[in-house]
Amino acid sequence: MAWFRKERRERTTTRQRLEIPADAWDKCDQCGHTDIRDKFDRNLQVCMECGHHRRIDSRRYVAILTDPGSFTELYGTLGSVDVLGFEGYPERIAVARRKAGTQDAILTGHGTLTGVPINLGVMEFGFMGGSMGAVVGEKIARLARRSLEERVPLIIVSASGGARMQEGAMSLMQLAKTSVTIAPLKQAGIPFISVVTNPTTGGVSASYAMQGDVNIAEPGAVVGFAGPRVIKQTIGQDLPDGFQTAEFLLEHGMVDIVVARHELATTIARLLRMMLRREPLPASS
Amino acid sequence: MAFELEFEKPLVDLQRQIAHLKRLAEEQRLDVQSEVAPLEQKLSELRREIYADLTPMQRVLVARHPRRPYALDYLRTVFSDFVELKGDRLFRDDPAIVAGWARLGERSVVVIGQQKGRDMKENLRRNFGMPHPEGYRKALRLMHQAARFQAPVVTLIDTPGAFPGLGAEERGQAEAIARNLEGMARLETPFVATIIGEGGSGGALALGLADRVLMLENAIYSVISPEGCAAILWKDATQKERAAQALRLTATDLHELGIIDEIVREPDGGAHADPDEAGRALGEALDRALTELEPVPRDALLAARAEKFLRMGRFVEA
Repeated sequence: MAWFRKERRERTTTRQRLEIPADAWDKCDQCGHTDIRDKFDRNLQVCMECGHHRRIDSRRYVAILTDPGSFTELYGTLGSVDVLGFEGYPERIAVARRKAGTQDAILTGHGTLTGVPINLGVMEFGFMGGSMGAVVGEKIARLARRSLEERVPLIIVSASGGARMQEGAMSLMQLAKTSVTIAPLKQAGIPFISVVTNPTTGGVSASYAMQGDVNIAEPGAVVGFAGPRVIKQTIGQDLPDGFQTAEFLLEHGMVDIVVARHELATTIARLLRMMLRREPLPASS
Repeated sequence: MAFELEFEKPLVDLQRQIAHLKRLAEEQRLDVQSEVAPLEQKLSELRREIYADLTPMQRVLVARHPRRPYALDYLRTVFSDFVELKGDRLFRDDPAIVAGWARLGERSVVVIGQQKGRDMKENLRRNFGMPHPEGYRKALRLMHQAARFQAPVVTLIDTPGAFPGLGAEERGQAEAIARNLEGMARLETPFVATIIGEGGSGGALALGLADRVLMLENAIYSVISPEGCAAILWKDATQKERAAQALRLTATDLHELGIIDEIVREPDGGAHADPDEAGRALGEALDRALTELEPVPRDALLAARAEKFLRMGRFVEA
């Protein structure tokens, strides 16, 4: 028998169970790292553990790439029409508007970035896979025209599966339409920065997304002409690891630089200020 | 026997009958003119009838017909003095695109065309007319050369699409097409593009941002193949008829939509029924277009080219 005896005390739970609602947690789809949802969000939806860049919507990019309160939306009332009478298209548009909460697959406007005036277009992947129809083409064309007339740099953030099938060859012609408005910027010496995010394929990658004076890719973004599924089908074998990722494109010389989301605004601002011969950013930023 | 399309079968049967009769006549020295004449009459009527009323998917099959004239055929019949120039000066030559100097009547032009193969061996070499980035880079190199010598550019578009393979992606298929679009937007010389067979999406447009875009009557031009569209939208590639209808990819459709400028008529029974006649019509249309474009000052030409593509696309604005 033990020479001491533990004094029996009545069990009382002093520790309160922390009430954390189930949806307060979030998990990285890449590495499985679990953390508080708000922390992911404050980290711009980039995983704190592995650096995986999760998709964010067009509004979020506007917040990242413009000075607070400086952004004014332009051409926001342009809407797609069913130009071919393509079965099911009007319904798809209606559903997309509800789901994405945007009028179409790109948000355009003007603002400032560290005080430098910019025209900014951000594609909305949530709207029919960021597909480019006549509205996307027109908004980019107008924005590029505006850049030319005002001599203001153009920034386009792409996220798109390509041309919008439901507008047939008319959507294909948007590749031409955007190209004829971007080409004059080059001659006029007005910077055009293209940011490609996950994913950017098809007609968008084969037009303005690859026409930047500087092409910037987000880490891990899949960027290419043909989608991975199509290529797999064509060659009848699995694709090598990392094929068509931002890092792959960098290695093969198709993009200038891969920039993490936290660094995106600063990197662009730095470049623009040098291209435009403006004073450098203060060291703190 | 040559390949035949399902709906062309009655035509092929009639042709066989006529050939048989003629052979008999020769062997037995008979006069069969009275039997042959009505059959030939019937053949041409039937041909006109069938071809006047093709469904969009049937037209896709005509556009892909293995006996359809290809770029090199027109380079022999419509053009003369063709000197092929090869290579992108960066990586290799892409046989899916043929290009070089040629004469169209009196004038010197640079011709660039996608080229399919006639048999399996040639198709493997030409990759079924699906270019790699180096093909597009060769095309742009020669477009610039044309402009330097103030010669017009004529492109002949005929591709299922830009090739979706490993090497093509590694070497920047998207970048090559994007660069061509920008280059064509600034190309300071008259430029006429013709879709002679398949206009397969970005791979076709990469040679098609032109002052005038012509299209052969039975050619197609589309953002995606009917098979691909059906597979994506309805998860069923056999719905291609439905997709071909929905995509509005025929010359008539695209002319109505303002995407192409002119339809070049094909002989009854399609270009493959009478390649020389098809070539004659193409040559005439090219000559007419270039005659109109040549006197236009270069800056006006570029402005009009941009304006034309800027008008494309319909939308509402509240």
